[in-house]
Amino acid sequence: MTQLALVIDLNVCVGCHACVTSCKQWNTSGQAGPLFDDNPFTKDPTGTFFNRVQTYEIGEFPNTETLHFPKSCLHCEDAPCVPVCPTGASHKRSEDGIVLVDYDKCIGCKYCSWACPYGMREFDEHQKVMKKCTLCVDRIYDESLPERDRKPACVLACPTSARLFGDVHDPDSEVSVAIRESGGYQLMPEWGTKPANHYLPRRKTKMRIHEDELVRVDNPLKKEDIRHETSKNVSLDDWLM
Amino acid sequence: MHPTFAVIFLTTLIGVGQGLFLALFTEQSYSAAKLLPTQESSFYVTGSFIALAFLIGGLIAAIGHLGKPIYMITRAWRGVTQWRTSWLSRELILMPVVMFLVFLYGLVHLLGLDADLFGSSELNGQLTLIIGTVSTAAVFALFIATAMIYASIKFLQEWACALTVANYLLLGSASGFTLASAYAAFTAPELVTFYAGWAMIITFAGFITRSGSLIRNARIKYKSTLQTAIGVRHTKVQQKAMGMMGGSFNTREFFHGKTAAFLKSIKWIFLVLVFPIPLLLLWAGMDGSKALLVLAFATQYVGLLFERWFFFAQANHPQNLYYQTV
Ligand code: SF4
Ligand code: SF4
Repeated sequence: MTQLALVIDLNVCVGCHACVTSCKQWNTSGQAGPLFDDNPFTKDPTGTFFNRVQTYEIGEFPNTETLHFPKSCLHCEDAPCVPVCPTGASHKRSEDGIVLVDYDKCIGCKYCSWACPYGMREFDEHQKVMKKCTLCVDRIYDESLPERDRKPACVLACPTSARLFGDVHDPDSEVSVAIRESGGYQLMPEWGTKPANHYLPRRKTKMRIHEDELVRVDNPLKKEDIRHETSKNVSLDDWLM
Repeated sequence: MHPTFAVIFLTTLIGVGQGLFLALFTEQSYSAAKLLPTQESSFYVTGSFIALAFLIGGLIAAIGHLGKPIYMITRAWRGVTQWRTSWLSRELILMPVVMFLVFLYGLVHLLGLDADLFGSSELNGQLTLIIGTVSTAAVFALFIATAMIYASIKFLQEWACALTVANYLLLGSASGFTLASAYAAFTAPELVTFYAGWAMIITFAGFITRSGSLIRNARIKYKSTLQTAIGVRHTKVQQKAMGMMGGSFNTREFFHGKTAAFLKSIKWIFLVLVFPIPLLLLWAGMDGSKALLVLAFATQYVGLLFERWFFFAQANHPQNLYYQTV
């Protein structure tokens, strides 16, 4: 069984909000109708978003570290927001594990948002139905797009590639490998919701350069790599560089 | 959580309606067993129509909780489809069932219909006894469904407890029996002591279970922490930005937006209005004083509005961990 999900690398997220704006742009322009905003350009702007980036400070000044934390529906494998819905509007697709709200069935009772411990659902105050991340379900299967674009908008927008997308049930997928090898973890594991989305923790980013790496054949900086002949004649390169 | 008046009125109004019906039927079964004087059918007819009025009032309040009122007609019927998993769906099914049965109970009394179902010609009102028994089961089921909507969400630890079910059952029944004592003062004065006595017993039982849940909630230990919420193993974590400036659904729906002192005062208001004052008034009204009994019901009902407000406001949703700079 397929379970599509995002893996978010907190080590490289720089908190630029590109995923937030690209998500909003894609999802407010889709068939399902706009994601409304109130006072977008004045005081107290508010609106419906599928994805938010929050910022946390860890440690005590001056030894602190800033953590940017993108937050969207985790497409839980045991999604507690699904069984509570009285109308069946909130559902989990069996074919790919995406949790969706059918906006035409939702009565706006907000019960599912109470049943999500993460606060990932946002009520649309204008359309009066519950909304949440769809993993860009209207995009990832769209065959009119080139194959490399068939990914959620946030994944494509991320300038640091902090967001990976794939099937977490396929042990060889990029996301599964990342979870396995980089200590991927789930949010609030204590509730047994089994979120499909995983986060990769921050880690010490260090680079140690070994001697042999400096003289390695493929090292373009090695001194043996003399591209131009050491000629005394002045070449065009000498003028340009 | 942010208390909404739609749900506060919905749950308190249907509680009164259900409780009043239970009171009427208790009387009928007692009188069938010859423990209480038999009443004119008009006593049950008016009584069950009053109960029905409260149930309808609850239903109207419920409309206010939907995204748009029109969803009541266009979409709410879908609400019956998920009864296998959703307590809200079960409540949506049981509401009209209870309303229909209470209506039927009143109607059969009104038309004086009866049939000899038990093969005992001495027992009058056998048909209404059967309908009443079925309705009583439905009323209990509705109490449980309403309470389980809240008690079944394990993340809301203040609610996820059997006491929630006991409270809905007892507080709803208490207000219904208090109303029944006031009703009896006007229509059947010989029943006032019976109803007021039961109202006092149920109110007192409700006092025990509601205090129990207050004590339990005061010492609750939350399962989730900011550390598990974002998965950072460090004792010092502070939120600096929530990802928005002007607030969002998350900051509106899950916070009551009042101070701790305000919350505390609501708690004391409801503790006084729901329990001691109605108990005193019921006791004083045992002699059939209409004014005292009406006042007892009014005080208790207003108290229950405060109680329900507090019930919602007190629940602390784990999503609030992600919204700490509100
Ligand atoms: S993160 Fe919340 S909304 Fe998304 S599947 Fe899990 S419980 Fe449901
Ligand atoms: S708000 Fe909509 S999706 Fe959520 S539980 Fe109610 S009907 Fe279902």
